Amino acid sequence: MSSATTTPSVERARTIDAHGEVSNRLPRNAWLVDALVIAGRNLKDLRRTPQLIVFSVVQTVMFLLLFRYVFGGSIEIPGLSYVNFIVCGFMAQIAIFDGFGVAIAMAEDSKSGLIDRFRALPMARSAVVGGRAAADLLRQAGLVLIVIGVGFLIGFTVEGSVLGVIAAVGLCVVWGFAMFWVFAAVGLFVRDSETAQAATTPFFILVFVSSSVILVDTLPGWLQPFARNQPLTQVCNAVRGLVEGDAGAALSPGTTGHYVIISLIWCAGITAVFAPIAIYAYRRP
Amino acid sequence: MSAIVEVEGITRSFGETRALGGVDLEVQEGSVLALLGPNGAGKTTLVRILSTLIPPDGGHARVAGFDVEKEPIAVRRCIGTAGQFAAVDEVLTGRENLEMVGRLSRLSKRDAKVRAQEVLERVSLADDADRPLKTYSGGMRRRIDLGAGLVARPRVLLLDEPTTGLDPANRLDLWAYLRDLVNEGATVLLTTQYLEEADQLARDVAVIDHGQVIAQGTPVELKQRFAGDVLDVTLASSADLERAAAALDGVGTETPRIERGVVKVTVPVANGVDALVDAVRRLDEAAVTVADLGLRRPSLDDVFLALTGHTTDNSDGVDGADPPPTPDTPGVASTAEEATR
Repeated sequence: MSSATTTPSVERARTIDAHGEVSNRLPRNAWLVDALVIAGRNLKDLRRTPQLIVFSVVQTVMFLLLFRYVFGGSIEIPGLSYVNFIVCGFMAQIAIFDGFGVAIAMAEDSKSGLIDRFRALPMARSAVVGGRAAADLLRQAGLVLIVIGVGFLIGFTVEGSVLGVIAAVGLCVVWGFAMFWVFAAVGLFVRDSETAQAATTPFFILVFVSSSVILVDTLPGWLQPFARNQPLTQVCNAVRGLVEGDAGAALSPGTTGHYVIISLIWCAGITAVFAPIAIYAYRRP
Repeated sequence: MSAIVEVEGITRSFGETRALGGVDLEVQEGSVLALLGPNGAGKTTLVRILSTLIPPDGGHARVAGFDVEKEPIAVRRCIGTAGQFAAVDEVLTGRENLEMVGRLSRLSKRDAKVRAQEVLERVSLADDADRPLKTYSGGMRRRIDLGAGLVARPRVLLLDEPTTGLDPANRLDLWAYLRDLVNEGATVLLTTQYLEEADQLARDVAVIDHGQVIAQGTPVELKQRFAGDVLDVTLASSADLERAAAALDGVGTETPRIERGVVKVTVPVANGVDALVDAVRRLDEAAVTVADLGLRRPSLDDVFLALTGHTTDNSDGVDGADPPPTPDTPGVASTAEEATR
């Protein structure tokens, strides 16, 4: 039945290159095709499991409301309302909260054997992780926009320029791309969703010992050097400067330009280190 | 006919555990080889090496003429895989899963669509093609997994325990699909713990135990080489088992073996018809009431027992009532001796 209806090109396309032999090399467009196919798969998964998006949105919004209304009264930010302060912080945090899900999803794929199937196909090796990264960027951009939208409902205002807001969203997505590789590496190494969940818990330290929801100056002295110099703080400071203009920039010692550049350097560094680790973890038997 | 899978002296260890200790194997193009062995024999390790998922520690393996270590992409272009863990995306539909695998196997968008439809019909899932996989039953999931292995029309199909964990009805069902493939001339290497499965599907069987191939041949050859005909005597009462076994001692090539659970005495015999006549006479003299008596061709179970001294792990039923044979003595003799005393 099947042999009668298949076009002869099916067999040729799979195995035979221009010289009529099975090639040990992939065609030049293979990476792009594979990454798009994988990204498409991950977006379909996302669309058909709306509970996943709903929960991550509910969680983000809930925390935003809790911080706004529970801590908002007792935390004084000089020159800026607390709601303006934390909406910027939450925009930068998305990269990490979203990453928890990335680690778990990667671990599940590894465990289910799906990654083994991919590894036995003549496809570009880095495309499985790269394709998911692409799908994840869209998801993160969506979450950042939701944070801004909910922020407007609870009194968030933009003191800077619209261009600044656009740049801030862009920076958050670049930062999310860098952190994606960290979480993908964790998930692909542990290969078990429960272990992945446990292994990502320390990242809460990164979230809270930063300038995302408080001013670093209010921390105990011994915590301040870490809080001041870790990457999330650089991104938070950059986002505040971009979104809230001078009022945001005045909260930290450096200029907005300084924090944007330092943030981008961190993103490049993290990607350079963790992308190869994640791809190695994927290829590892 | 030429060998399309060639395995030479493959070794592989995981830490201290030696999974494969020098395996040699060939699969001829257009044939089906069943790799038969118990859990932990090294079957899955060998399939993973041939699928380019893990490298061997030593030795060489070639698939369709390509070295699995040096030319992995060429090997991947020639193989299709399916296994005991249905490796599919739960959220995608059956069709989307197959189209995805097709695209990732370097088919064009159009060809991937055409092939997906053909394969869906092939594994009788055309009517369920557009439902997400999480609504599929276990048997359907295995079929779509097998289908994913077929999409790219691979030259060699590597199946790791394709029916493990399926209920008998679904297993029979999957066998039918595999048998069709085989009849159309597909080259298949499949691993199985089920002797019956090897017997049903494969032209060649390699018996693997503790990381080594201990016998290879057609099911018929193996049966002739390692086990002759078997005389099966079912008794009316289990009280007669010892007496019947004693009476039958000397009829066959080995001492009779008691299968208490099914009230049976079995004995391998060289000359079936003579032995049958002899056995009837002896049982009559011993005044044992016989419920059923007959000659049967040996099953692969008998072969496996003769080769390894133990049955396969999942042999539930027939041998369940016997004490486990000690590893250093041939299982057949020891249990039977014990029984006849």
